[in-house]
Amino acid sequence: MAMRATLRCLSANFSPRLPLLSSAGRDNRAARLRWVSGTRRTFSSCSVLSTALKFTEKHEWVQVEGGIGTVGISSYAQDALGDVVYCGLPEVGQRLEQMDEFGALESVKAASELYSPLTGEVTAINTQLAENPGLVNKDCYAEGWLIKMTIEKPEEVDGLMDQAAYDKFIKSLEE
Amino acid sequence: MQITLSVLHLIATVALKKTPLFDFHKAHDGKMVNFAGWSLPVQYKDSHIVSHMHTREHCSIFDVSHMLQTKVHGKDRVKFMESLVVADIAELKSNQGTLSLFTNEKGGIIDDLIVTKTDQGYLYVVSNAGCAEKDSVHMKVRLAEFKAAGLDVDLEFLDEALLAVQGPSMFRVLQEGLKDNLNKLTFMTSTVATVFGVPDCRITRCGYTGEDGVEISVSRLRAVELIEKLLANSEVKLAGLAARDSLRLEAGLCLYGNDIDETTTPVEATLVWTIGKRRRKDKDFPGAEIIVPQIKAKTFRKRVGLVSTGPPVRQHTPILSPDGKVIGEVTSGCPSPCLKKNVAMGYVDSEFAKNGTEIQVEVRKKAVGAVVSRMPFVPTNYYMG
Repeated sequence: MAMRATLRCLSANFSPRLPLLSSAGRDNRAARLRWVSGTRRTFSSCSVLSTALKFTEKHEWVQVEGGIGTVGISSYAQDALGDVVYCGLPEVGQRLEQMDEFGALESVKAASELYSPLTGEVTAINTQLAENPGLVNKDCYAEGWLIKMTIEKPEEVDGLMDQAAYDKFIKSLEE
Repeated sequence: MQITLSVLHLIATVALKKTPLFDFHKAHDGKMVNFAGWSLPVQYKDSHIVSHMHTREHCSIFDVSHMLQTKVHGKDRVKFMESLVVADIAELKSNQGTLSLFTNEKGGIIDDLIVTKTDQGYLYVVSNAGCAEKDSVHMKVRLAEFKAAGLDVDLEFLDEALLAVQGPSMFRVLQEGLKDNLNKLTFMTSTVATVFGVPDCRITRCGYTGEDGVEISVSRLRAVELIEKLLANSEVKLAGLAARDSLRLEAGLCLYGNDIDETTTPVEATLVWTIGKRRRKDKDFPGAEIIVPQIKAKTFRKRVGLVSTGPPVRQHTPILSPDGKVIGEVTSGCPSPCLKKNVAMGYVDSEFAKNGTEIQVEVRKKAVGAVVSRMPFVPTNYYMG
């Protein structure tokens, strides 16, 4: 946990999620291989190695790892929404085109639809959010993740904004 | 995600009206939004839910200075006001007020308001900011008719600030600033007093939250002074429009423009109780010929409360019968911070209006179960003495 926090301070572009380092049950050798990015050998059909967050104009983020994209909403979005009290998420197995509406997050005051950042199939949903929707506010880049999906069109990831571009985008909204 | 926040957007123009507390709100980190042409705080530093719960458990102050405050003067003021609203004003006790409705010739509701029969020679009326233009024109037209008939009435539109102080701690907090015992001021009664050294404040024991509370009408020159004295008590926090809306919905109170409007009659809106006994007999208010027969004959649709078993329901959500037929529409709804359930108000075909009736609501193209429920959703705590 502490190590993860240190890494987060070092670089804003580092993915705050380093699940393999923190899960005790994983194969140690696989963990070491993935940690050393750049020398990694992958057997996945996905050629995208990036574990940095990419953002959409609708304020979703996606983090790609091992051919799977984890999706959530940005800090800017959860702050604007307020306390999340309800999460409407899709079914596992549902196929999504980029920009398809896949669910909604609701605060007391408002409902906000969620739009898929990529084309792919839903492989997991964050079931913790049913009992604890506030995780989206507390930890939007980690524990508050929404869905995981396959990545049918890796080139779509390249079309999304990186952290710097997204920060600029938010600034332009606030003007 | 699409941030489709209906209330939260930044002020773009300087044309918005400001209450005497505008600078005060900004200084206290109020997030200002446009509400009915006024710049008002939707919330402060606390989250919506924290602010909502603080009101129910302690005490919150809301700046409601945007609302229209009117004094009706003159010998014929009661007759004047009764010509516009459905209430028995003549029968009100001295310094007693009541919720009432301006109605139109079609039996619809022009606005809801509180009218108080003061012992100071005037009626004190508070009505909605969103209807201020409409209401003042409506009253002025009737005024001209009365004057033309030689009757004695005058209107005075106030520019006082109005502070709503709501919650169980209100009593403790306010008593510290009053000479007289607040125990004497029961729900829906009004008085004038010096509050924390500020003279000529009209205090009415009423509100829009369901909690024990007061609304204080105070000179705009001393509004900041008064709110600072109240805020000095650690029980008190500032609250904005967001909490105001979720509190009133839990209390089953209508929002004009959503739950009642010119197309809803008082009977459809389940507000028959606002129509005075004598007024029903005399049928001497606008739209009486349409409204009074509805009391016996019933109406095609009725305003009801409902609780969704699934996602939150909001305004315009279709209401369906168990076999999927459209039977109505939600007019307001939100997740209830107190109950942690999704509550709403809407109109349904009368045959489905009984409490406990199982219905459905359509959220994002899926039918979800719901139940017609009594209101208020959260028990009220009005101080009856």
